[in-house]
Amino acid sequence: MELDPLILARIQFAFTISFHIIFPAFTIGLSAWIATLLGMSLWTGNVRYKDLAQFWTKIFAVSFAMGVVSGIVLTYQFGTNWSEFSLAVGNVIGPLIGFEVLTAFFLEASFLGIMLFGRDRVSPAMHFTAAVLVAVGTAISAFWILSANSWMQFPAGHEVRDGIAYPVDWWQVIFSPTFGWRMVHMLTAAYITTGFVVLAVGARFWLKGKHLPEAETMMKMALGILVVLTPVQAVIGDFHGLNTLEHQPAKIAAMEAHWDGTHPAALVLFAIPDVVAEVNRFEIAIPKLGSLILTHDLNGTFPGLKQFAPEDRPPVLPVFISFRVMVGIGLLMILLSGLGAFAWWRGKLFRPNLLMQVFANTWPLGFIAVLAGWITTEIGRQPWVATGLMRTEDALSPVGAATVLTSLILFVLVYAVIFVSGGYYINRLLEKGPVRHVPKEPLRPTRPMAAAQDSGRIALSAGE
Amino acid sequence: MAELDLPLIWAGIIGVAVILYVILDGFDLGCGILFPLTREEHERDQMMNSVAPFWDGNETWLVLGGGGLWVAFPAAYSIIMPALYVPVLVMLLALIFRGVAFEFRWVAKPNHQLWDLAFWLGSTVAAFAQGLILGGLLHGIAMEQGRFSGGTFDWLSPFAIMCGFGVVAGYALLGATWLHMRVAGDLERRANEWAKPLLLALLGFILVVSIWTPLHVERIAALWFSWPNLLYLSPVPVLTLVLAALVWKGLDDKAAATPFLGSVGIFVLAFAGLAISNFPYLVPPSLTVWDAAAAPESQMFLLVGVLILLPVVLGYTVFVYYTFRGRIRPGEGYH
Ligand code: HDD
Ligand code: HEM
Ligand code: HEM
Repeated sequence: MELDPLILARIQFAFTISFHIIFPAFTIGLSAWIATLLGMSLWTGNVRYKDLAQFWTKIFAVSFAMGVVSGIVLTYQFGTNWSEFSLAVGNVIGPLIGFEVLTAFFLEASFLGIMLFGRDRVSPAMHFTAAVLVAVGTAISAFWILSANSWMQFPAGHEVRDGIAYPVDWWQVIFSPTFGWRMVHMLTAAYITTGFVVLAVGARFWLKGKHLPEAETMMKMALGILVVLTPVQAVIGDFHGLNTLEHQPAKIAAMEAHWDGTHPAALVLFAIPDVVAEVNRFEIAIPKLGSLILTHDLNGTFPGLKQFAPEDRPPVLPVFISFRVMVGIGLLMILLSGLGAFAWWRGKLFRPNLLMQVFANTWPLGFIAVLAGWITTEIGRQPWVATGLMRTEDALSPVGAATVLTSLILFVLVYAVIFVSGGYYINRLLEKGPVRHVPKEPLRPTRPMAAAQDSGRIALSAGE
Repeated sequence: MAELDLPLIWAGIIGVAVILYVILDGFDLGCGILFPLTREEHERDQMMNSVAPFWDGNETWLVLGGGGLWVAFPAAYSIIMPALYVPVLVMLLALIFRGVAFEFRWVAKPNHQLWDLAFWLGSTVAAFAQGLILGGLLHGIAMEQGRFSGGTFDWLSPFAIMCGFGVVAGYALLGATWLHMRVAGDLERRANEWAKPLLLALLGFILVVSIWTPLHVERIAALWFSWPNLLYLSPVPVLTLVLAALVWKGLDDKAAATPFLGSVGIFVLAFAGLAISNFPYLVPPSLTVWDAAAAPESQMFLLVGVLILLPVVLGYTVFVYYTFRGRIRPGEGYH
């Protein structure tokens, strides 16, 4: 069988960016959480906040390193695998990436040094400022990359000459019509993801009877945020969907597995879409609810897949399923944080009951929802790489299938090693838990034994 | 006022980003290359600690260089990247290993041997791949109708491999002189010993490139060996030798900063030499900075950003280096 470089390049991009997004989804929220803790420690003088900040900073350092190295791969991949894309839209989205480097990456990377290693070198206020700048840097980074991505979803503010896009109005390019909701939805997703990790770690400590005061602080702070953000996220998601209906109706039709646009749409809970027969098999659906959600009218109609030429339809099954996974998790999250907040209000949160056990296992929820959301967004954009402007099949570099395959295999192997090790080490840091920080006295080389012991201890409290 | 020559300005900006990258990441990759030369764990800790707060910022210049090339010269980017697919891939994979090693190594202790290896191999292979990229570019890239038209391994040549070794030696020199300046104790003395052979190796490499390129590329020979260019350009080699002598003497005198600064100077000159040789080509031998330029409105838009933001970036970079000034003593670290 002939290998198809297009499929391979798509798998490679999907794989490397899915790997990458796991880390931003966590570090965007985590840096904000650490900055908050440092701010509270400054404000209240309570060392517990400082110890907690220190504890999470170690975990942050490991995740951030993985985020950085996997991100650099992506920038270069635009050129190595998608050179036709780079050429055709470089004039328009190139500068957005350029601004991301200038406004975000340098900021994060530089102040990261101070955030991780500066505790005994700069004043607490400066240390706090560094953490805030890192958190702001990660959000600015999300701003620019999502701006680039949203432009690809629905290009605006440009004109095309000889197959190459030229900018006309930068404001419209940066704030293209799908950008706003995507930005808010993604940032909220990142904070929610981190919230559930913090909640789960707190619950684990509490169940083991370790670091109880810290565990309670973590759980309360996490629940406080989650009970607000999870319902808000559903509302944002609803608006996001309405926006998609306006600008990418084929994507919505695929998300809803909605074939026939002449009738009001049902809300399909489960189905196996059959692309050949253009119907759903094994469908379980609530009549008219789909129309109610998307048009706010029981008898409203919106385009179905049959209204698009087959070559203009995205693959239905992955879009349909991943969307359901995301929304399902979103609803579960609302339920869980609601239950937690209720128990807290009744003074019954800290009980070794089922809820606590469940909380201890909620850490993957956010990651899965984020990945599912992106799969919806990106596969739903197909067959276009930039909607209406360039098809994915025309975006490919002139490189051979064997080359792409080899690099794909290497990425899979390397990322597997990195991911397993990183996960193992993060787990190890979590097991150890927060420790009280004793400011270091300078080591004297005249005490070789003590120095050796100290470096052993330093080594063990590693990752600081 | 005349029209701004935007492509020229952008070639300058990317040149600055690349040389800053080479110097800054050069010394921290260099520390990784030198890693196996000491078996003492506390000395390895010292080596790593001396660059730990900086490496991420340093590596960001690589993103600016690559991203900047895309922004300002999409036509060149879309030819160079597929042409150098393999060395770029190798570089990225190597950078992954050594980047995560910074964090993993501390958390893994006392079982960190594998991450020592990852740090060393990652740094060395990344440097080598950068040499291959340089060699591949100097060699020239086959193109037809604005597209890369060569094969997967076009970049591979004895010359490119030699460039690989040259860059490894050069980065190792930067690393050794950096350590000489930034650590205390036994390691300082060792770094001093490592530096001299590396300096000779780098000079040898510069010499070979300076002979090879004019021999193989007529355009470059015509540029350097014609009158009066010969006169104007002669300071480049002369200054290189003067700086090399300064580095050597600084090492003999145990001067803290001279060897590092001198080595940086040699890198800047070598880069200037290459830039002079290849100007105005971005993709030798056919695509000039003007052929490859992005739309003027795109170049202008980001240029405004660069003019405002680059000074700010440089400002806080200096601040970070200032915060972590001073020598790292044995057993001491930020960890
Ligand atoms: C919504 C957020 C988001 C998304 C969708 C992406 N990234 Fe990312 N990226 C980040 C958020 C982020 C982040 C939070 O800023 C970093 C810093 C460390 C980390 O874990 O993620 C990051 C790091 C990071 C770096 C390293 C920066 C450094 O040197 O410090 C590069 C080069 C990229 N990314 C490039 C990309 C590209 C080319 C993407 C898409 C194709 C992409 N990122 C998607
Ligand atoms: C961060 C979360 C993201 C995830 C999880 C994600 C996921 C994916 C997936 C699954 C594909 C493959 C689609 C297919 O071929 O069927 C893809 C393709 C692609 N994405 Fe994304 N994406 C993300 C963000 C971005 C961003 C921010 C950009 C650009 C600014 C981007 C640019 C691309 C490009 C260029 C392709 C390749 C061409 C294509 O297959 O359409 N993606 N992505
Ligand atoms: C509960 C109800 C939710 C609804 C109704 C909803 C709605 C949507 C819609 C319609 C899209 C696709 C937009 C498009 O590309 O056209 C989307 C994408 C996405 N969702 Fe959700 N969502 C919900 C919950 C969540 C949760 C809980 C998370 C993560 C914690 C999440 C993370 C994402 C991400 C990362 C994307 C891709 C980026 C983007 O396009 O915004 N969503 N969501």
